[in-house]
Amino acid sequence: MSIEVKNVTYIYMPKTPFERVALADVSLTIPEGSFTAIAGHTGSGKSTLVQHLNGLLTPTSGAVLVDGVNIGDKSKTGRQQAQTARQQVGMVFQYAEHQLFEESIAADIAFGPANQELSAEEIDQRVREAMGIVGLDYDTYHDRSPFSLSGGQMRRAAIAGVLAMRPKYLVLDEPAAGLDPSGREELLQQIKRLHKEQNMTIVMVSHSMEDIAKLADNVIIMAQGKVAAQGTPREVFAQDNLLRQAGLRPPQIAVMMQRLSAAGLPVNAHVLTPEEGLQSLLEVFHVK
Amino acid sequence: MLNNIMLGQYFPGDSVLHRLDARVKLVLLLLMLIEVFVFTSGPAYGFITVVTGLLIFLSGVPVRLVLRSLKPLWWIVIFTFVIHLFSHPGQELARVWHFAITQEGVVQGTLISLRLLLLILLSTLLTFTTSPLQLTDALESLLAPGKCVGMPAHELAMMMTIALRFIPTLISETDKIMKAQQSRGADFTTGNILKRLKNMVPILVPLFLSAFRRADELALAMEARCYRGGQGRTRMKELRIRRVDYWAMAAFVVFSMVMGVSLYI
Repeated sequence: MSIEVKNVTYIYMPKTPFERVALADVSLTIPEGSFTAIAGHTGSGKSTLVQHLNGLLTPTSGAVLVDGVNIGDKSKTGRQQAQTARQQVGMVFQYAEHQLFEESIAADIAFGPANQELSAEEIDQRVREAMGIVGLDYDTYHDRSPFSLSGGQMRRAAIAGVLAMRPKYLVLDEPAAGLDPSGREELLQQIKRLHKEQNMTIVMVSHSMEDIAKLADNVIIMAQGKVAAQGTPREVFAQDNLLRQAGLRPPQIAVMMQRLSAAGLPVNAHVLTPEEGLQSLLEVFHVK
Repeated sequence: MLNNIMLGQYFPGDSVLHRLDARVKLVLLLLMLIEVFVFTSGPAYGFITVVTGLLIFLSGVPVRLVLRSLKPLWWIVIFTFVIHLFSHPGQELARVWHFAITQEGVVQGTLISLRLLLLILLSTLLTFTTSPLQLTDALESLLAPGKCVGMPAHELAMMMTIALRFIPTLISETDKIMKAQQSRGADFTTGNILKRLKNMVPILVPLFLSAFRRADELALAMEARCYRGGQGRTRMKELRIRRVDYWAMAAFVVFSMVMGVSLYI
């Protein structure tokens, strides 16, 4: 199963002087089990796109299908199903810590499951589980105010609030923005573990080509409200011109290796990660 | 959900009305509104109506939009008309139960309703063609003489500017928080009033926090750039009276003279 976006067009403030086409006839598929990264210049429509994935925005035309169910279905028979399908998609916004509001971390994380009207024991169990996943110790933190945490911890508490709903697909809009390098690394590792160990489908909007190269197995490049490219990171990052037209650049290591290759050094010009780059360089210089 | 809110109703454009100095527009509008109250004869109202129509045409704002701004006030206009219909003694035209509709009532009702419509139309025309920032600048400039008697004109205008500046920010912030909570299953559209109010807590707490955070940051940023009130402050965009403004004033004088003459018809 998968999330399918079919011919979606979205227009902000139609029929006013402020009318703006944010998405123009976008079609794409996010396969189940994939780690999909969405990249694009500011204003390319990526945030608008991800908000369609769980029905926060309804397409002006077109449809979004989650596991084959049209989540925009408003008919009497389909509405319930659409609602259930939407709940399969968890959404973590940019600066997710700004959504925290409860008096204690546990209560905030319980907000989602409580809205699903689960039993108290079930909620408690899910809160413990979600806190475990994001690395917040339950006994230390569950009673503390979310506002007493550091920025990175607040972000993780907010993500736990989404995970507690046990979504099948997890959409993250720039989850690492504004975190310090160690907090960033930790968070990305946790997302990677979610993908590997819990087999969760991840959709991540990111500006960092390095992160995408390291984590994703499926990349979507957005430009001017359209899909400019989709494929594995290796395929997409090889299309240098296309990336630059979309206002992006390949990962730094790829740029370096391309330059070395252009300068006549027989290195692999299509590497993604620093490790691969190092490997290629070692081979060229016959270092064991 | 909140994307479709327009701030005020400024309609960007480059018409004569858009180019007028905001102070001139504001003062002329005030005078015109006073004239609407002073000259209450039929011909005068006919003339003002024609002039208002002409101004709407000049502004380049679609008539549909202008009329839409009347929407919330329709029922007041109709209510006024109906009350006047019955409340003037005079020549009876028809009778509804105990109440008589008189000729004088019809005339008065029409004039008063027309007066209301004109007041609304003329004032919306100002907000359609003047950006909120121009308006606050104009207010500051017009209130400036009040400084001598201790009126904090600059501070008032600055507060209005900041408030206006942050309305869209807070709207988009609210939109984002609402969406985040909706993603966690929050429901803002069903249940009775008490339940709905309670459901607002997950929006209001983060919103207040962010508003305070922004206020704090803004104060710091302003101080860091040596802001210390209006004394000796210059502006990037000076309001300037230009030729088109003199023409507008001249046109207004002619308009007022015609209105004066209408008294003697």
